[in-house]
Amino acid sequence: MRVLMFGWEFPPHISGGLGTASYGLTRGMASLHDIDLLFVVPRAYGDEDQSGLKVIGANNIQVAYKKIFFRGEKRSFDKIEVESKIVPYTDPDDFWRMTREEKNKNMLYVEADDQGRIEFTGGYGSNLLHEIDKYALVASVIADENEFDIIHAHDWLAYPAGIAAKMVSGKPLVIHVHATDFDRSGGNVNPVVYDIEKAGMDAADRIITVSNLTRETVIYKYHIDPAKVITVYNAVEPVGGVYDKYDIRQINDKVVTFLGRITMQKGPEYFIEAAYRVLQVMKNVRFVMAGSGDMMERMIRRAAELGITDKFHFTGFLKGMDVYWMLRLSDVYIMPSISEPFGISPLEAMQSNVPVIISKQSGVAEILTHAVKIDFWDIDAMADAIHGILTYPALSKMFIEQGKAEVETLKWENSAKHVRDVYLDALN
Amino acid sequence: MKGVCLFFGLHQPLRLRRYRFFDIGNDHYYYDDYTNETILRNIAERCYLPANKLVLELINKYKNKFKVSYSITGVLIDQLETYAPDVLDSFRKLAETGQVEFLAETYSHSLACMGNKNEFIKQVNKHGQKIEQYFGIKPVSFRNTEMVYSDEIGSWVADMGFSAMLTEGAKHILGWRSPDFLYCNNINPRLKVLLRNFQLSDDIAFRFGNREWSEWPLTTEKYASWMKKRGKDAELINLFVDYETFGEHQKAETGIFKFLEALPGTLMKKTDFSFMTPAEVALEFQPVSAIKVPYPISWADEERDLTAWLGNDLQNAAFDKLYSLTYRVDGCENESINKDWEFLQVSDHFYYMCTKFFSDGAVHQYFNPYESPYDAFMNYMNVLSDFEIRLDSVCPEHVENKELITLRKKVDAIQEELNERETEVRKLRAKIKSMTVSTTSTPTATGKTDTGKKPVKQTSQKTGTTTTTRKTTSTKKK
Repeated sequence: MRVLMFGWEFPPHISGGLGTASYGLTRGMASLHDIDLLFVVPRAYGDEDQSGLKVIGANNIQVAYKKIFFRGEKRSFDKIEVESKIVPYTDPDDFWRMTREEKNKNMLYVEADDQGRIEFTGGYGSNLLHEIDKYALVASVIADENEFDIIHAHDWLAYPAGIAAKMVSGKPLVIHVHATDFDRSGGNVNPVVYDIEKAGMDAADRIITVSNLTRETVIYKYHIDPAKVITVYNAVEPVGGVYDKYDIRQINDKVVTFLGRITMQKGPEYFIEAAYRVLQVMKNVRFVMAGSGDMMERMIRRAAELGITDKFHFTGFLKGMDVYWMLRLSDVYIMPSISEPFGISPLEAMQSNVPVIISKQSGVAEILTHAVKIDFWDIDAMADAIHGILTYPALSKMFIEQGKAEVETLKWENSAKHVRDVYLDALN
Repeated sequence: MKGVCLFFGLHQPLRLRRYRFFDIGNDHYYYDDYTNETILRNIAERCYLPANKLVLELINKYKNKFKVSYSITGVLIDQLETYAPDVLDSFRKLAETGQVEFLAETYSHSLACMGNKNEFIKQVNKHGQKIEQYFGIKPVSFRNTEMVYSDEIGSWVADMGFSAMLTEGAKHILGWRSPDFLYCNNINPRLKVLLRNFQLSDDIAFRFGNREWSEWPLTTEKYASWMKKRGKDAELINLFVDYETFGEHQKAETGIFKFLEALPGTLMKKTDFSFMTPAEVALEFQPVSAIKVPYPISWADEERDLTAWLGNDLQNAAFDKLYSLTYRVDGCENESINKDWEFLQVSDHFYYMCTKFFSDGAVHQYFNPYESPYDAFMNYMNVLSDFEIRLDSVCPEHVENKELITLRKKVDAIQEELNERETEVRKLRAKIKSMTVSTTSTPTATGKTDTGKKPVKQTSQKTGTTTTTRKTTSTKKK
């Protein structure tokens, strides 16, 4: 089975959970021998890990002067070919000339370089919506040039690309919902993003969600037929013992860690309040908020207000090995997310022998047994759990041993097999 | 003559409230009164009251032919006193018929037998007194918490003067032998051991209302035919079930009460079994052999062992912590400390910490107030921490206690070192002083008395240190 997969990030150029999850899934799929994978990202740097799959960048595809035909999915007279509405141009002059001709008012014009390639940043900048449109355009070219059986698009940025590929090829589309705008915005949903998400979900033949929590959102907030929404849980890449050199620990105090973007979605303020409660009773404990985000300054002010800054530390954004170092130093890892479609990071903490406290409002809570689960708003329960793990060694020991064993059973290969079942279902 | 021994165990734990660590040292009330009252009232209405009424009718109907035995935990009696005195009254009525035997057990439904022998004996005695106080009969038979039994525990029970003890007819202790005979303890043969026929008992307790079961629906005729079949090769069939089976585990809609109502009549008519109490069994039958149980067994789960209570690190840590306090509570006269001590020993606290999720998870979830074993552990340890703090403040005179010293070994070691250094400092100071005294001429009388005092102080300090050293070495030997 040949799969054409659209993503937005691919390691090592990742900025969040989406890249980690889609990479993990492709690794898992590479181990299944009946699947050929072509992974498309807006911008390829050339240093991507291409073992077991092929990664291509939309920025390397020539689109200029190419005719693109829409065959119209599932229409009985698919011989009728419609000329593309998207026309690339290379310089403003061209653009002016073409728009002047007024041949077709529905034409879409995009800027390309002299070889007919379209430039992508591959980031999340201010021109994001424009990039998404361009990505979709290139996707239709890729779909036209390659042979494949099924299309798989990761998250809303790639949905338009998936839809375009489906329009061109008529092949079934599977979209993978790693998050919805309800998670990201905390309720203030951006209508433009919602429309793109909804269009993707409507066009999809099957929808994969990363948890039942997200599945519910898709069904009830986007009004999608439950029969085509399937939950496939994420997993975690095993880490070896190469990080042991980070084992040197300089402080005797216990360390409680929050690691992630400091944004409303992640619930950092609840972590601070819980820390305050614990610090009123325990002295030999320190709290670390690792990461950056739009709420960081507010959090620093709050910590100062509570008078706990001597025991409450901010590290700023952590990258690569520093993340593992931070985990190695931690005695408790806490993820108080208000809304977390899945949440791979607690799994990474468990791999690093750290007991975890997670909010019930996270997808990962659906599959973990050996973790403390609390409501994100329940500061008392959170503080109590922190105190319990730090005070009673048997508890900590049990979490570490059982947690490690549990997380080892969560393999990407199993997720990939599940995804394959979804493909087969979509093809029949 | 063949006997059938019908035994009902009754117990409800006292559930702890959500006890946060902020409460430690601030709030000394540990129980969730609302939940405890609600659950107890429900069970009283659904099970205890209707079942007692039915048993009383059956006793009256069959005159001296229908007999049952009960064991009611002290913790349950305490709760019945508060929430359901009507249940206690109905038990008194049953006791008055003379056809009912009440067994002794540990007061708290505890696993004290695994933690501390003296505590175990103390609890058994206390329970016996409570039963005598309520029902006017001193118990002569014994059943341990969750039917926990081993050769050693059996011998303790024999030493306490009991003539019979109940336990599980576990396959792994019986081997080829049948549970349907009377056995005796391996160490002290005077103690008769009654083994539960788990097949026939669980047909009622677990399978009765299960519609997936191939034998559903179970009628008394069918049951009597099974008893008859087994009776060809049996002397005594022991049916030990939780009393909560009637109306709670098996709801009234399953017909469990009708089954119980019809059972005595059918058994008397269709089989040659007659109802007996454990005390009668011990008098009537001769044991066929001793039963060897080197390691403790229970009636729980597939394994019939204690792993449901003491099977993981959490449970062991909490259990060890609890029983490390035994010696300190022992001499404590404080009433509320003693009451809490009893309640904290209830085995259910450890049961909630069980991580055997899969095979027996369903049973373990029953009435479980916690979301996870971890949750249960944290809450319990918080309570225990507060209890220990109270113990410190209420019974400070027991600081000399051996067990406490084990706990505070570290502190003591530091203390000892400090003492040693202090004596040394004093010695040196005295030396300096005596040197200055001897070198400088002191004509005044006050100066002489001062120097005279010093050596006395020094020796008393010395003896102090030697006693502490002796103590720490003795604990090390332990």
